[in-house]
Amino acid sequence: MSELLRAVWRYRHFILSSVKNDLKARFARSRLGAAWMVLQPLAQVAIYSVVLSRVMGAKLPGTTNQYAYSIYLMAGMLAWSLFIEVVTRSLTLFVDNGNLMKKIYFPRATLPFIAVGSALVSNLMLFVATIFIFAIVGHPPTWALLWLPLLMAINVAFSLGIGLLLGVINVFVRDVGQVMAVILQLWFWITPIVYMPSILPAGFGRVIAANPLYYIVSAFQNVLLYGRGPDLLPLVWTALGSIFLLAIAFLMFRRAAPEMVDVL
Amino acid sequence: MPNILEVNGLGKAFRDYGSEFKRFASWFGVRVTPRHEHWVLREISFSVGRGEAIGIVGQNGAGKSTLLKLITRTLMPTEGTVAVHGRIAAILELGMGFSPDLSGRQNVYHAAGLMGFSREQIDTAMPEIEAFAEIGEYFDQHVRTYSSGMQMRVAFSVATAFRPDILIVDEALSVGDSYFQHKCFKRIKEFREQGTSLLIVSHDSGAIQSLCDRAVLLQGGRVVRDGDPVEVMDAYNALIAERENSTMKVERLETGQVQTTSGTFEAVVKGIRLHTMEGEQIEFVDVGQDVELRIDVEARADIPRLVLGYMIKDRLGQPVFGTNTFHTRQVVDDVPAGCTVSYVARFTMNLGPGSYSISTALVSTDTHLVDNYEWRDLALIFTVANHSHAHFVGSAWIPPKFDIKSTP
Repeated sequence: MSELLRAVWRYRHFILSSVKNDLKARFARSRLGAAWMVLQPLAQVAIYSVVLSRVMGAKLPGTTNQYAYSIYLMAGMLAWSLFIEVVTRSLTLFVDNGNLMKKIYFPRATLPFIAVGSALVSNLMLFVATIFIFAIVGHPPTWALLWLPLLMAINVAFSLGIGLLLGVINVFVRDVGQVMAVILQLWFWITPIVYMPSILPAGFGRVIAANPLYYIVSAFQNVLLYGRGPDLLPLVWTALGSIFLLAIAFLMFRRAAPEMVDVL
Repeated sequence: MPNILEVNGLGKAFRDYGSEFKRFASWFGVRVTPRHEHWVLREISFSVGRGEAIGIVGQNGAGKSTLLKLITRTLMPTEGTVAVHGRIAAILELGMGFSPDLSGRQNVYHAAGLMGFSREQIDTAMPEIEAFAEIGEYFDQHVRTYSSGMQMRVAFSVATAFRPDILIVDEALSVGDSYFQHKCFKRIKEFREQGTSLLIVSHDSGAIQSLCDRAVLLQGGRVVRDGDPVEVMDAYNALIAERENSTMKVERLETGQVQTTSGTFEAVVKGIRLHTMEGEQIEFVDVGQDVELRIDVEARADIPRLVLGYMIKDRLGQPVFGTNTFHTRQVVDDVPAGCTVSYVARFTMNLGPGSYSISTALVSTDTHLVDNYEWRDLALIFTVANHSHAHFVGSAWIPPKFDIKSTP
């Protein structure tokens, strides 16, 4: 493991420049450029706000702001967009970089770092935009925001764990990528992002409780909407579970690495 | 001094597990027998000393690319080891990882980073990279706007910006125009003089013989020959010509050179000699002397169509001149078994001083790849000396007439 980290450290410039190039390449020749990183999720928020604010607006106890539902949505969406970006990118990480891996030797462990780095940058931009919009609608930031770096770290550990595990399997069994597209859509709807857990029928509560992402998303919502710290106990469990998952994923990645190029 | 590259008992198999779940299980220590193993390389052992240049030759599918991938560590060996003491640079896939939406300069940072260099190291080498690529202001424009030649120039400049301990070059390497190609070869030669080892993969016997100290012939995933480039290339040529019922013979001549003959031997060269126009047999020829090359061919089976070809090669095995009776439209038809056909080729020895060899080929058409009756390397060795002309160098004799004027 230390050998892996050393290689990553030696390649830190490469990782940084790759993240930069990745972002640059993604928005090359588009007029609005990097703004799209923010505009896409915000547009989604706007759509849900317009369609659902009447239905959902009244269901948020303890808030006085008339835009409370939109704020709730943006908080959840901030967490979700980080999750979905890390998962989808790691899922196709090795398949997308197959050609490079076949031709040039470089520490393969740099690839997840590049994916996470680029996802983090776009998420941070979304965060800045979110805070800016919050200020406009009269919802100033609070000290609870200091929780965010930790929450993002847990979020990344969880998403990278899942993404990397499936990404390695995806190299050998490509169906994984297809199946995940469907599962991720379902996952979005079993996570309280556009709705509140309180509106669900009793039996459904258990499904939500079994969803680790729920604890991460609700922590984002607590911090951003209510300005209070997250529920610690479930968050600690989620964090431990995520780290375990990530460790398994890295172990699997190391075992698979010698055979990966054979089938790419 | 330790060898810079040691390949020991190297083998690579591609495994088919039938079910991928078995493969996953095998990573976690479960013993699984693959349904099918396809060995691409087996028991490969050789070493490369510091400053040595080695050519790797072999037919398509012999395992050359796999071997290179194992050496550059993009593939992991199934058995055996590759030990590298130093930095490897490979010029295999130039321009891999270039992004069309970045400028040449940005791509250089990226590509050199991929090779593991730090920002500072790249900054230091950047002016030299830019100068070597010679693409002017294009260097700061998007790679999208480059011609493929310009992309190659930048890619080669980065790949060789830092002198490696061992440089791997693929023959398929065509680096743009011939001006730049010369520049590339010059750089490769400079690296060699500074102690870089070379590993060259090629089909081109010229490149192998002029650049390499040693050659390794791969066939069916194994090393079948490892030695002097001239003799390995001869074996390789024989291998190409080999047909189902043909065999290959290798003999060591009195001179210490190794003669390779191959083919079906349905027709063989019985004798080959150089004569003066007066009929005297010679081994030493003066520059510009008229000579007769006499070749007697014996048919051991009925030959429907016989073509004789010969090739004069220099000391390094580079072809100097070659032709055959197909091109001169002097094909002999229907030669019965037991018959001897005598050929006399008259020509002027317009060669520079040095030792030369003649290879012969007996075939039915213009290439030895169809019916190869006999292919004989080093069939005759002769020496050209300059007795009667002004001093000159080179392997061709192209005497000039100088017209000299001095204008005050």
